[in-house]
Amino acid sequence: MPTEELISTSIDIDRTRGDFRYDEKHKFDAGTGLSHDTIDYIVNVKGEPDWIREWRHKALDIFLSKPMPTHWASKDLENIIFQDIRYYLAGGQKPSRSWEDVPDDVKRTFERLGIPEQERKFLAGVEAQFDSEAVYSNIKKAVGEQGVIFMGSTDGLKEHPEIFRKWFGKVIPTGDNKFSALNSAVFSGGSFIYVPPGVKVKHPLQAYFRINAENFGQFERTLIIADEGSEVMYMEGCTAPKFETATLHSAVVELVALKGAKIQYVTVQNWSANVFNLVTKRAVAHEEAEVKWIDCNIGSRLTMKYPGVVLKGRKARGEVISIALANDGQHQDTGAKMIHAADETTSNIVSKSISIGKGRSTYRGLVHIPKHLKGCKNNTECDALLINSTARTDTYPAITVRGTGNSSQHEASVSQISAEQIFYMQQRGLTEAQAMSLSVNGFVNDLVRQFPMEYSVELKRLIDLEMEGSVG
Amino acid sequence: MSSLIIQDLHVRIGEKEIIRGLTLEIPKGEVHAIMGPNGSGKSTLSKAIGGHPDYTITGGDVLLDGESILGLEPDERARKGLFLAFQYPMEIPGVSNANFLRAALNARQPEGEEIEATDFYARMYEEMDKLEMSRSFTARAVNEGFSGGEKKRNEILQMAMLQPKYAILDETDSGLDIDALRIVSAGVNALRGPSLGALVITHYQRLLDYIVPDVVHVMVKGRIVRSGPKELALELEEKGYDFIREEIAEAAIA
Repeated sequence: MPTEELISTSIDIDRTRGDFRYDEKHKFDAGTGLSHDTIDYIVNVKGEPDWIREWRHKALDIFLSKPMPTHWASKDLENIIFQDIRYYLAGGQKPSRSWEDVPDDVKRTFERLGIPEQERKFLAGVEAQFDSEAVYSNIKKAVGEQGVIFMGSTDGLKEHPEIFRKWFGKVIPTGDNKFSALNSAVFSGGSFIYVPPGVKVKHPLQAYFRINAENFGQFERTLIIADEGSEVMYMEGCTAPKFETATLHSAVVELVALKGAKIQYVTVQNWSANVFNLVTKRAVAHEEAEVKWIDCNIGSRLTMKYPGVVLKGRKARGEVISIALANDGQHQDTGAKMIHAADETTSNIVSKSISIGKGRSTYRGLVHIPKHLKGCKNNTECDALLINSTARTDTYPAITVRGTGNSSQHEASVSQISAEQIFYMQQRGLTEAQAMSLSVNGFVNDLVRQFPMEYSVELKRLIDLEMEGSVG
Repeated sequence: MSSLIIQDLHVRIGEKEIIRGLTLEIPKGEVHAIMGPNGSGKSTLSKAIGGHPDYTITGGDVLLDGESILGLEPDERARKGLFLAFQYPMEIPGVSNANFLRAALNARQPEGEEIEATDFYARMYEEMDKLEMSRSFTARAVNEGFSGGEKKRNEILQMAMLQPKYAILDETDSGLDIDALRIVSAGVNALRGPSLGALVITHYQRLLDYIVPDVVHVMVKGRIVRSGPKELALELEEKGYDFIREEIAEAAIA
């Protein structure tokens, strides 16, 4: 079992497999399996305060006590062998502010993914996480001078405990679900962002999460606080090489939008098809605040993710715009939660899923408007597109609207790309794959238009790639 | 060589033979018309030549400028210069007319090359003006919510933009009022010339007042039973298809 002694000797792992990853030696490795010792190892390596140590130990107990939610979720969850996973892997260096100082092999990975280039082009700040820890974290000088804090959560809890501790775990309590408890026990990495009152961050802040190690679990923890009247857009991307064994990614993301603040959170999830992606994302929107989740799920083996907004203050507004694409062997179990907790709050959910081959998409929505509230509105639209007859889609909307002055509107549709449509497009000279791809892009087009430009281009490219492989 | 040749073509849908030994040659520069009663196999002919997967070719050949196209995918046939104007054009939700046309044109460019956006829009606007189509159609999803007449105009717009060598127009007049018929026909006539061979499929003679064919063929039960000059269409209009059927019956007895 890992102990203080092991830290100093450190374990080197030689890994050679995989076409899109570079060999790299981890200075810190919590070993395989999960126990209270694992947690002590992580706390010691990270040099965290005692309150976090206690927090983590308590979270582990909650995790162990909770059953797998297979009574409603996919039985595939049973294929996660928690004792075969490695919970902490890090190179041991502080996140650097310059790409020059990032270790060569790690730097090459991110260069190949185009991150430094995007940063130069349109981002206000970038954080790059490699396995358990951020290896790079930088914010443009002008943005930093406005008082914006953007750093890894590990540094955030140490350097800004007064802000961090006030909000950490308040939006998503440890015991919210089994995987939020797991994350609370072993979290590492993720972003900590604080935007001071009235500051509007013009360009997006971006985090990129890369899993490089096999049998590994990535558990980043992100906390974003937009103070009164401020605005921020955060974007995250992720990839992992294709390993033969399952990899686990289980993040917790908490957003706090104080009075009149606006947060937009954009995710383009493109994990390789062996990753279990089990993520809890939730925001609290105070009076007149706006939170918008834009969530695209293209990759992973199983994704379970239902971004939510608790509409806590009068006239708060929440929105979830999501696109899911499930190809052979994938299950995208996604949706949204809107908890109305104040008068005149509004929420909007638009979900589009595409199921190809044996791929499976599930939409789960929860909208709650209690009786005592007035003037609340929800709009829910979920559209599913099926490509070929073995694909599967399910919709489970749970909408509770009570009280007389509240309203909800719900529309759902399932459609198919017909053989006649493909023939028509082919007759104009497009190949079958091009015709499929154009049809799928057409299906999601109205949502993609709401994305930042760079991301809509990326999404289109990913859809093209998926369609190339799915017709033969 | 410069012609679309259909040689003793046999086509089935499922077990049923619809085209039963049809032979036809459409040289470049000419417009041919096929007339025939309902159920004679006119639409089947156009889909089969286009390569629709539901139609099985059991015999014969289709040669485009001397080369058989029956082994090719529908998109390969299209890129060789074959165009079908559909009787019922499909809707493509979310894909704008402009994007669709651009994708279709780009599919004809050499690998890695794309057409210039400015040239593309200039040409498209010019063709749209000829068809009296509002500019708003560029941004609207392909055929979605279009009226019957708008869909047919859109077919002719695509034809004008893609500049096929051979075009088969399937019942382009169906569902058109007289104004739309005039506009669509003018659009087709503008494309007539030495580099286009066209086959106009219609049930009614009316269309042929506007698109005057060089040759008229009469199709009954999956075969061409008579061919003649444009006056044949008038004769059909006057006497109905029955007189042809009677002639065939008599020929069969004799």
